[in-house]
Amino acid sequence: MRFAEKVATVTPAAPARRVRSLSDRTIAWLFIAPTIVLLLAINVFPLIWTVRLSFTNYRANRMNVPLRDVGLQHYNDILTSPDVWAAMQVTARFVIATILIQTVLGFALAWLVDKKFRGHGLWTTVILLPMMLSPAVVGNFWTFLYQPQIGLFNYVVSFFTGIPPSSFQMLGDLTLSPWAIVLVDTWMWTPYVMLICLAGLRSIPDYIYEAAEVDRASKWRQFWTITLPMAAPFIMLAVLFRAIENFKMFDMVNLLTGGGPGSTTEVASITLKREAFEKWRTGYSSAFAIILFVTVFGLANIYVKALNRLKQR
Amino acid sequence: MSDNVTAHSVVEPSSLTKRIAGILVVLYAIITMVPLGWIVLTGFKSPPDSISYPPKIVFDPTLEGYCNLFTTRSRQTAEYLASLPPPSGTCESIARARNLVVVSESKFVPRFWNSVVIAFGSTALAVFLGTLSAYGFSRFRVPLKDDLLFFILSTRMMPPIAVAIPIYLMYRELGLQDTKLGMILLYTAVNVSLAVWLLKGFIDEIPREYEEAAMIDGYSRLQAFRKVVLPQAVTGIAATAIFCLIFAWNEYAFAVLLTSGEAQTAPPFIPIIIGEGGQDWPAVAAGTTLFLVPIVIFTVLLRKHLLRGITFGAVRK
Repeated sequence: MRFAEKVATVTPAAPARRVRSLSDRTIAWLFIAPTIVLLLAINVFPLIWTVRLSFTNYRANRMNVPLRDVGLQHYNDILTSPDVWAAMQVTARFVIATILIQTVLGFALAWLVDKKFRGHGLWTTVILLPMMLSPAVVGNFWTFLYQPQIGLFNYVVSFFTGIPPSSFQMLGDLTLSPWAIVLVDTWMWTPYVMLICLAGLRSIPDYIYEAAEVDRASKWRQFWTITLPMAAPFIMLAVLFRAIENFKMFDMVNLLTGGGPGSTTEVASITLKREAFEKWRTGYSSAFAIILFVTVFGLANIYVKALNRLKQR
Repeated sequence: MSDNVTAHSVVEPSSLTKRIAGILVVLYAIITMVPLGWIVLTGFKSPPDSISYPPKIVFDPTLEGYCNLFTTRSRQTAEYLASLPPPSGTCESIARARNLVVVSESKFVPRFWNSVVIAFGSTALAVFLGTLSAYGFSRFRVPLKDDLLFFILSTRMMPPIAVAIPIYLMYRELGLQDTKLGMILLYTAVNVSLAVWLLKGFIDEIPREYEEAAMIDGYSRLQAFRKVVLPQAVTGIAATAIFCLIFAWNEYAFAVLLTSGEAQTAPPFIPIIIGEGGQDWPAVAAGTTLFLVPIVIFTVLLRKHLLRGITFGAVRK
C-alpha cells in the first residue's frame, strides 16, 4: 500500500526529542491511519468498483447474467443521450437560479445584519435555523404548504394577489414546479450564504472606511470599491459550496416532485437514482456516477483552493 | 487608544439606518419562521382542521396528531365499540370518538430510536478518529499532507446517490444492508472528513508550547496529547460532535436507498406516514416537530461555531 510508505517517512516537526515509549513517527502513523483506512474501505474501494462496473453490462437485480465487457459504450450512451442532457440542463438551471437568488438575498441580509441594530445576534440565530434542518423532513412538509386547495402557501399568495388558491399547483405545473423547488431551497440555504457573507463584511477593518470618509468617498462608492471587493472571496466560497451542494441535490426534489411533472424537475441525481435503483442498470448508472464524480471533484478542487486562500488571510 | 472616540464614529451606522435594517431583518426572520410555525401548529390540529379552507390559525388544539403518530388504529363497528370497556388513556379516547380502536404502537419510536443510535454511534466514531487524525495532521510533518487533507474533504463532496450504488453492492455482499452497523460505518466515513478539518483548525489554535513544556516535564507525547491537548480542545470537540450529529440526524439520501426496515431512520420514515385516505398531515407534522426539536436546541448551542462548521473550519470569526 502506497500510503504506508508515505507515512513511514513521517518526521517530527519539532527537533526529534526521544521521550520514552512511542516515537512521533509511530504516533503520527497510528493517529492518521485509521481514518485513511476507513475512507479507503467506504469510499475509495467502492469507487474503484464503480469504475470497473461502468465498463460492464452488470445489473444488480440479475446477478446470474454473465458479466460482459461493454468498453466505453455506457459513457458514449450517456454523453449522447438527450435525457441525460435534459437532466443536466435542469440541474444547471436549478443551480444558477438558486445561487443568483441566494447570493443577492444572503448578501443583502448580511449587509443589514452588519448594521448591528439592537438584538441582531438573536435574530441572526433565528434566521439561521432553516439551514440546520433536514432538507428531507422539512422539504416533505412543503408539499403540504403547496397543496392547491388547502395549502398555506397558495392561501397566502391568493390573499395578497387575489388569484384563487386552487387555480395554480406549485408542484404539478410545468412552469411553476421548478420554482417551487427553488423557493424551498432559497428558504433553506439563504442563511448559509448570509452567514459567510457576514464573516466577509466583518473581516473588513474599520480604518479603511475611515480613510474613505476622510477622502470624501460617497457611501455608494465605498460599497463598490471597498465592501464588495473585500467580501468577494467569501461570497465566492459560499457560491462554490452552494454550487457543489445543489449540483448533487436529491432529497428535496425527490420528496417535493420526484422529478415531475414529466421530467421538468428531474435533476441529475434523480435520473441517476432511477437508472440505478428503479431500472437497475447498474453498469450504465456506474458510468453516470463516475461522470458526476469527476464534475464534483473538479468543483471541490476549486473550492479547497478558495478555502486555503481564505485561511491564509 | 480611545481618545479619538466620539459619540458616532464615522463607520457607525446612524440610528435610522440601524432601525430600518432591524425592521427588514426581523421581517425576513418572521417570514422564514412561518413554515416552521405551521409545522408545529399542524401537529396540534385534528385531521379535518388541518385541511380546512381557509387555513385555520385558531383551532381547538388536540393531541390526535401525536396519538396517530405513535399508534396504529383500526375502524370498528358501533356495536363492537359499545361492547368495549371505557377507554383508558387520551389516545384511546380520541380514537373511540372516530370509531377506531388503538391496535398497536406505530413504527415511529423504533425509527426514531434508529436515528438516535446511528447518529450517536457514527458521531462518536467520527469524532474519535477525527481527533486523532487532526492531531496527527496538526503536529507532525506528514508527507503529502495537503493532498491527504484534500482527499479526505473530497470524500464528503461526492453525490450520495453515486456513492450509494457501490455501497449498496458492497453491503449486500457483506450482509450490512439495512443494518445499523452499516449505516454507522457509512455516516462515520462521511463525517470523519468534516471532523478532521474542523478539529485540525481547533487543534492548530492550541499553542505547541503547552505540550512541549509538558514533555520537558517528563510527559511522553501520548500523555501530553491526553492531558494537555485534549482538555484544551474540549470545546472544539463538542462543536464538531454536534455538527456530525446534525448531519447524521438529517441524512436522507443514503437512508432511503440503503435502509428499508430494520435500520430505517426517521427521515425516510416521516414522509410515508399515511392515515386513512391519504397522508395524515397532523401526524406527519407531529413527527416532524419531534424530529426538529433536537436540531433547534443544537443550533442554539452551536451558534458561535456555526460559521466554522459550515466552512470546514476555514473561516473563523
